[in-house]
Amino acid sequence: MIDFGYNIDQSSVIDMTKFDPTLYNKLIEAEPDVLKCMACGRCTASCTAGQFTHVDLRRCILLLSRGKDKDALKEIKPCLLCGKCNLVCPRGINTRHLILCILRIYKQ
Amino acid sequence: MVGMVFILVYCLLGLIKMIYQLPIRDRNKFLLSLITPTLIFKNIKDILLTVLLHVKMWKKNPLLGFMHSSIAFGWFCIIIIGHIETLIYVPHRVKLFYYPIFFRYFVMSTHETVRGAFLCFLMDSILLIILLGIALAVIKRIRSSILGMRRTTKQSLINNVAMIALWSIFPLRLLAEGFTAGISGGSFLTKGVSDLFGNFFSNDLKILPSWWAYSISLGVFFVLLPWTRYMHIPTEAIYIMFKNAGIKASHPTKGYALAEIYTCPSCGLCIDACPMGTQKKNLPYSSVYFIRQLRNKNKEKIEEIANKCLMCGKCVEACPQGLDSVALKLAQRSLIKPNTKNDFSYLSRIELPKAKPEKVLYYAGCMTQLTPTISRSVTKLLDIMNVDYNFIDEEGGMCCGRPMLLAGKTYEAERIVRKNSDMILATGASTLIVSCPICYKMFKEKYNLPGINIINYTEYFDQKVKEGKLPLKSTNKKYVYHDPCELGRGSGIYKQPREIIANIGYLVEADESKNKSICCGGSLGSLTLSYEDRTHITDLAVRNLLFNKPDEIVTACPLCYKTFSNNSPIKVKDISQILVENITNNNKLS
Repeated sequence: MIDFGYNIDQSSVIDMTKFDPTLYNKLIEAEPDVLKCMACGRCTASCTAGQFTHVDLRRCILLLSRGKDKDALKEIKPCLLCGKCNLVCPRGINTRHLILCILRIYKQ
Repeated sequence: MVGMVFILVYCLLGLIKMIYQLPIRDRNKFLLSLITPTLIFKNIKDILLTVLLHVKMWKKNPLLGFMHSSIAFGWFCIIIIGHIETLIYVPHRVKLFYYPIFFRYFVMSTHETVRGAFLCFLMDSILLIILLGIALAVIKRIRSSILGMRRTTKQSLINNVAMIALWSIFPLRLLAEGFTAGISGGSFLTKGVSDLFGNFFSNDLKILPSWWAYSISLGVFFVLLPWTRYMHIPTEAIYIMFKNAGIKASHPTKGYALAEIYTCPSCGLCIDACPMGTQKKNLPYSSVYFIRQLRNKNKEKIEEIANKCLMCGKCVEACPQGLDSVALKLAQRSLIKPNTKNDFSYLSRIELPKAKPEKVLYYAGCMTQLTPTISRSVTKLLDIMNVDYNFIDEEGGMCCGRPMLLAGKTYEAERIVRKNSDMILATGASTLIVSCPICYKMFKEKYNLPGINIINYTEYFDQKVKEGKLPLKSTNKKYVYHDPCELGRGSGIYKQPREIIANIGYLVEADESKNKSICCGGSLGSLTLSYEDRTHITDLAVRNLLFNKPDEIVTACPLCYKTFSNNSPIKVKDISQILVENITNNNKLS
């Protein structure tokens, strides 16, 4: 082993072999625009619940695509469905519907 | 005879089922309404106006109204007068239901007396009116635009069969009475038919078959009735009594909803009203098809339509029965139970604000945080008037909870409402000014804030203008006012914003305005409508607003404001904005 002078933090390792895509595929079927997300973060920035707690839609979508369902759901459960993320999304994704689909499809 | 007994038994059972399915509180409300005098009068009046005379249809288009009234009221009159005739001539037969319908067959020569001739004349004239109505109905199926409906409903096979049975009843009656007129007498119409046919063939042979044809078509119609849209005939009266008792739908298919589903005559007036109909592919999402799917119990389609609806209320306004299909869709949404529940534990951890000395509270709401022009204009106006106010969500605040409610999550919405109420009550305010009509409707309907006067900012500023606290200068600009769905149809506020505008410039109206105003397309009511589809709706709304060539569009809702700004060839302003622009100079703060 060559010592490059840094370590990999185990918690940020993405293991795609542990990823069961059934639920994620269901999500894509219900709301295909989830694939359009470019992680710009405007949704998280404008979030109402985000003023009081850690809710982060961008992180949620990112974690779902990496198979970390449990962490992802934690990021979205406090959502108030106010719709501000919907208005600011630059790609026109129906984020409110996306959140409702996530809550409906995934079980935590 | 068979048909009649069948239908009476079916309706009685249906009525019992409906009342049984009502939640207890509503059941008591209904039973109480049966003995309250004012409600008894209102019920009779509404039944007369809606069921028999179809007043709302006349308002929409006179030909349409005539078509329905002639058949409904005409048939009703024929039945009544038939009973009167039976009473007069053969009183001992009055108890048999079918006797008056086949009166001419059973009783002969009543036209000899003046009274008899008069009754014959009456019956014939009414029959003529009904036949005219049926002619219009046939025309409506071929070319509905003649009767003022751009689009009408597509019907299933059984409905079409029942419709043809209904259409044939009256011409067949005419034929039957015409053939018999030689023996039993008739008036101008039936005698005329009799003479006409008498030239071609002998009437006597045609008597029995024609009466049988009439009887069969009646029988077919009544037997098919429970499975067709004509079920609305018996159900309408019950529905009106439920509605006047103040009952609302809490489940999409049980109790009150069942009455609504059967009362829908599938006329299709809501199709023209629905803003989604601007795109042909979205026509199947109109309320009439939603109610049809509820009746057919097609789960997938029910969910699809319920989730797409903008909840703008145009269909409720257009419906001649006033069916609240928006409430039905909301009830449908509440039935969905997601796999993951929301986590609102952080709500209890939010600190309550301390009691402030300012008694006036300004609540901007979530959407206004994205359109700060509005909150800046409102606070500027309040500063100009030297009002001591507390801008509760200046640094961000809690959502009012209506978007959660519109998604069908009533329990979660209640939790938000409770927390927000605690926060508002903790400030010790006595007046709450709300600038977003979505929040305003939520506060008025679902919040319990004792001792606080909730006022929409248009009402507030209109008051202040009239009191002279906001002196305005006039401009030559032509403004068109867009009634937001939640403020207009939702809360009944149409006058005050218009009076504010009239004090500043010239007010012109859109082509369809006030309670017919077209939704901007940005509504949070829809869960699944795509951005592209919404843009089509916004285009429709803008075209409607530009009808009388205004200079600027004025609106009173942050969501409408943002939606139109993206899509309008002329400037879009909020009502607080035009107030700030036109305050007379010596009052402006530097």
